[in-house]
Amino acid sequence: MHGIGRQIMMLGLGLLWLSAVVAEEKGALLYGQHCAVCHGDHGEGGVGIPLTLPSFQSSVDDRYLRETIKLGRPGRVMPAFDMLDELQIQAIVDYLRSWHESPRPKFSYVPINGDKAHGKTLYATHCAACHGENGEGGKGTGVTLSRKRDLPIIPPALNNSGFLASSSDAMIRATLEKGRAGTPMVSFREQGLSDSDLDDLVTYIRSFEAGIEPVQRLEEMDSALVYESPYSLEETIANVERAAQGMNFRLIRKQPLEEGFFPETEVNQRQVIVYFCNFEFLYEALKLDPRVGLFLPCRVTVVEDEAGVKVYAVNPKRLSVLFNNNALDEACDKMTKMYQDILEEATL
Amino acid sequence: MRRWLFALLMLVNSVTYASDLLMVRSSQPFAETMLALQNAMSSMGYTVSRVQHVDQGLTAFGYETDLYRVVFFGKPDEMRTLSRTHPELIPYLPLKVAIFAEEIETLVVASDPIIFGNLYPDDDLQKTFARWSRDLRFIFEQVRRTE
Repeated sequence: MHGIGRQIMMLGLGLLWLSAVVAEEKGALLYGQHCAVCHGDHGEGGVGIPLTLPSFQSSVDDRYLRETIKLGRPGRVMPAFDMLDELQIQAIVDYLRSWHESPRPKFSYVPINGDKAHGKTLYATHCAACHGENGEGGKGTGVTLSRKRDLPIIPPALNNSGFLASSSDAMIRATLEKGRAGTPMVSFREQGLSDSDLDDLVTYIRSFEAGIEPVQRLEEMDSALVYESPYSLEETIANVERAAQGMNFRLIRKQPLEEGFFPETEVNQRQVIVYFCNFEFLYEALKLDPRVGLFLPCRVTVVEDEAGVKVYAVNPKRLSVLFNNNALDEACDKMTKMYQDILEEATL
Repeated sequence: MRRWLFALLMLVNSVTYASDLLMVRSSQPFAETMLALQNAMSSMGYTVSRVQHVDQGLTAFGYETDLYRVVFFGKPDEMRTLSRTHPELIPYLPLKVAIFAEEIETLVVASDPIIFGNLYPDDDLQKTFARWSRDLRFIFEQVRRTE
């Protein structure tokens, strides 16, 4: 009996070890699948913030990490991973925590009630330069393409619904108090702010919740811009080229839609893509979001069939929702307007 | 033992992504990742119709990379058929993937074709979009695993 008991105990310990190993590997796997592409294979950052930063790890609690994964940051690139269940999310959090041996911080969830008006004054003086006048955060998506690696983090949007729902008042206060070493976020205790000042600032930041606007619904919008042309295929193509050049686009190339798929003699010559680019606009868009290349280069397709000649373009405004990046919305609106102008001019 | 467990987990987990964008990071440099991407596309029966440079002069404008391309691809007969039966899809054909260097690594991005289901709700297109989505996820997984 004694031997059987020992065997059962050994089996139990073995299963415990096995489940711990599986959990860790599961977290690593999930991280690799969902997070590494933006935050780096080892959390060093990239499009997303560096998660290994000790001052980050020591200033956020597990709930903040879990809620951030679950809710994302609407309009700030980080998507909501709402398809993951609680166990999967916790596995990712445990994996992130395995990078540091320091204890996991815990924060109170009791609201802080300070003087909002005074907090607003302090915010304008101490925070707005980095986090934006209304808490909208810094511009850009992260340390990639247009940004140097020695800039570790973009000031987060404090008025973001995902951030506010993930953060407790005490957590925000602790960050204000201690700052985050290795980022531009300094300790406001060391800047001379008192306990009540910090409370007032937290209260003002929390008040951003009242101003959050619902996400714009774009489902009803057309996915493509389609115009009928009264001209022949050749005339319409020439009109598109002229209209694009007139709007400071440089023509890149003109090719049949089927080019590259069939031998030249078998290609349908009545479906023609006109590619063009405004490089200044391109560079500005890439600064906002390097993934915007999916829209590039700009193109209009001219098609002739039994029904006549039509011109087609994507509707960037409709597609902007893919990127979850408010900063890109304006550029997408502008692109839609430019496409509309070109198509109208070409078919007028 | 741990490697075995990891391999097992890889088998039982399908690749999923948040949002409507598919993104994958390759630890390989740009040229190797581009090769892996095109090989994976070919292995799934797709033809790469063209590779477009998007990066002319990027570094001159202060960017940290000059390696940025858009890869156009599709299945020839399918492209031809769809452009005739569903011309409203034409602005989105051929399919495309953006690939760009981030220091010594490479990022690959595409919109998930499943979103076309929202844009074009015709029932007969849904299977095509779902297959494209599955294929693209498989292609991205191949790219991610490239060593």
